[in-house]
Amino acid sequence: MCDTIHTMLRNLSFVIVVIISSLFMVNIFHHQDSFNLKLEELKHKYALKAVPSVNHSKLPALQENFKTPQEVTEACLSCHTETHKEVMSSSHWNWERASYIEGRGVASSGKKNVMNNFCLGTNSNQKSCAKCHIGYGMTSSHFDFNNARNVDCMVCHDNSDEYLKGASMAGYPDRNVNLGNVARSVGSPRKSNCGSCHSFGGGGNNVKHGDLDVALNSCSREVDVHMGANGMNLECVACHTAKNHNILGKLYSVSSDNSNRATCEQCHTSTPHLSDVLNRHGSRVSCQTCHIPKYAKVNSTKMSWKWSDAGKLKDGKPYEEEDSMGNHKYMSIKGSFIWKRNVKPDYIWFNGTADHYLLGDSIKSIPVQMNILNGSYHDRLSKIIPVKIHVGDQIYDKVYNRLAQPKLYGEAAGDSAFWQDFKWDEAVAAGMKESGLAYSGQYGFVETVMYWPVNHMVSPKEQSVGCAECHTRTNGRLAKLSGFYLPGRDSNKTQDSFGYWMLILTLLAVFGHATIRVLSKIYRNKYEKQIISYDEDKPEE
Amino acid sequence: MQKVYIYKGFERLWHWSQASLIIFLALTGFEVHGAYTIFGFEKAAEFHRTASWLLIGLIILAIFWHITTGEWRQYIPTTRKLKEQVIYYMSGIFKGEHHPTEKSELSKLNPLQRIVYLSFKLLLVPMTIISGILYLLYKTFDQNNLIVIEDYPLASIAFWHTMGAILLIIFLIVHVYMTTTGKTPTSNIKAMITGYEEFDEEDEVKPEQNELNNKIQ
Repeated sequence: MCDTIHTMLRNLSFVIVVIISSLFMVNIFHHQDSFNLKLEELKHKYALKAVPSVNHSKLPALQENFKTPQEVTEACLSCHTETHKEVMSSSHWNWERASYIEGRGVASSGKKNVMNNFCLGTNSNQKSCAKCHIGYGMTSSHFDFNNARNVDCMVCHDNSDEYLKGASMAGYPDRNVNLGNVARSVGSPRKSNCGSCHSFGGGGNNVKHGDLDVALNSCSREVDVHMGANGMNLECVACHTAKNHNILGKLYSVSSDNSNRATCEQCHTSTPHLSDVLNRHGSRVSCQTCHIPKYAKVNSTKMSWKWSDAGKLKDGKPYEEEDSMGNHKYMSIKGSFIWKRNVKPDYIWFNGTADHYLLGDSIKSIPVQMNILNGSYHDRLSKIIPVKIHVGDQIYDKVYNRLAQPKLYGEAAGDSAFWQDFKWDEAVAAGMKESGLAYSGQYGFVETVMYWPVNHMVSPKEQSVGCAECHTRTNGRLAKLSGFYLPGRDSNKTQDSFGYWMLILTLLAVFGHATIRVLSKIYRNKYEKQIISYDEDKPEE
Repeated sequence: MQKVYIYKGFERLWHWSQASLIIFLALTGFEVHGAYTIFGFEKAAEFHRTASWLLIGLIILAIFWHITTGEWRQYIPTTRKLKEQVIYYMSGIFKGEHHPTEKSELSKLNPLQRIVYLSFKLLLVPMTIISGILYLLYKTFDQNNLIVIEDYPLASIAFWHTMGAILLIIFLIVHVYMTTTGKTPTSNIKAMITGYEEFDEEDEVKPEQNELNNKIQ
């Protein structure tokens, strides 16, 4: 007997060991090495900062006391004799780029003719908008794009942090800038150079993009893991390389075709993770989707802009109101805004091609899509990307059914500019005339929407979007994307209820069977006992 | 009392590790499906993947064992006494009748078990594993390579895999319950643990039973 118990115990422990070791094996095998050699190599490569081979402050040509910025450009070209050709073939200079757009064919588009959801468009407002043109003297659409003397080298290459373009000065520098100091400081562009325009689009810091904030010039790793001062401290041009002044990268607020893009993969490859499953996500999910959990991490960005509210005056004068965070909630010249900080992106399918609302296009749908990012789950080249969706309303011509280009900026009262006179009729008439388009005289306001792909403010990997933020039944980040099966989010409802009822029925059947067994056994025992008791208690005869 | 050695060492190792893996896979699998949260989606999916490779490995070993030992013959289906077996579970069991078939080393499965286990091995498990592998390899390669499985919608792959899981759970519940229908409620489980099953003298394998076994084989 003792032996049997002994064997029994031995066998029991054998089974327990088998079960525990199976589960233990699962735990061992699923674990992965955390040392990513690819990433370490990249860190090593970019930790070495190049030392410039020329110190421009020592060059004789730059020792002059420059009177005009054009003199500086001439000095630059005295050594870099052909560089202006490179610059003048770029969209930074031309404000347009030829590209193939589905439905339009090869078309030229750019800041010249693309409308946006912020200050609307450049036409008739060049003098103000040209603060972000790499040239001098763009006062109207008749700017001479062939004059190399007007190329602004300094806005990109100033390393003194002194250069500043003047407000509404057609691209000329502020009068206080010491051009000689700037010229002698030049070098490779820094974040502050690129940011002087790209962070201030739409009339203020971080207004447009949401992921390009002046705070990136000096931020922590948590804000941007690449640019963080306590991290790799990369400059923009580390990724946006610019061979022959052809700068890699574009944004689909103005760009259209899938070429010359700056991508994460150019450094990180398409298999950056140690986990195969994560790498596999890359075929349909962009890197940004998981690695940019939120944007506008430091300063707020505009999420909504209603032009229909513009023009209210107090005592005949324009005024401004601020929200609790100190951002403009209302401006008589622009309308009302909604700002947000630490925004979770929206997500869309995108295949790298886009169309835009070009000045003169008819309105096809409401809200008017200022840009259309093409893509769908069924398009093999599409990936899920994070976007900032900027909504609002704009003025449009009711008869011609197209968005209107108002003249916003004006030198002085009475020249029909909205920011001076607050009269929409006159502003639109003047703007459309300058744009070469007819205006019916009847205007209204129409809802508009614009999509801004979010590419910067990449978080450290520990803060990237977790699996369960998308793979969840309710309120996931991808809840709005439909047309495909997402494990953990989707399920076959019929099958689920089939499974549920099968489980219930099986349990009922098993318990029912067991109950009948137990009851019948009790009944049988009773019956047997009765017989036995009858035999024993047989009455004496 | 007579002790008969029914379940070999490997068989028991296979049975219990397969049982624990399947239960663990169900636990993590239905979490991935979104039914509840225990490990969190990420861990559940990782565990599920690792456990699935272990199960596939184990099944390959088991197939090898069944072929080399000839034990696969245990699963050859038969209709002989099948009806009696079904009737027994539906009524005889309540009347305290004996099992219509006897267990032996050469024939450890009754006709009903043969059919159920054979379909378990040839239909249910392959369906679940094949759909699972398709799930596992779905869009394995990005644009630098060919995409292996893409045009077959993930929704159907998931449907078949989930269907397998549901049926496996049903099998598990009924299977565990049926173990209590042996000589005593625990005798079958004891046998699967120790390998030995105890028979009363009167239950000793009858000659004709042996004959039947031989015929089947």
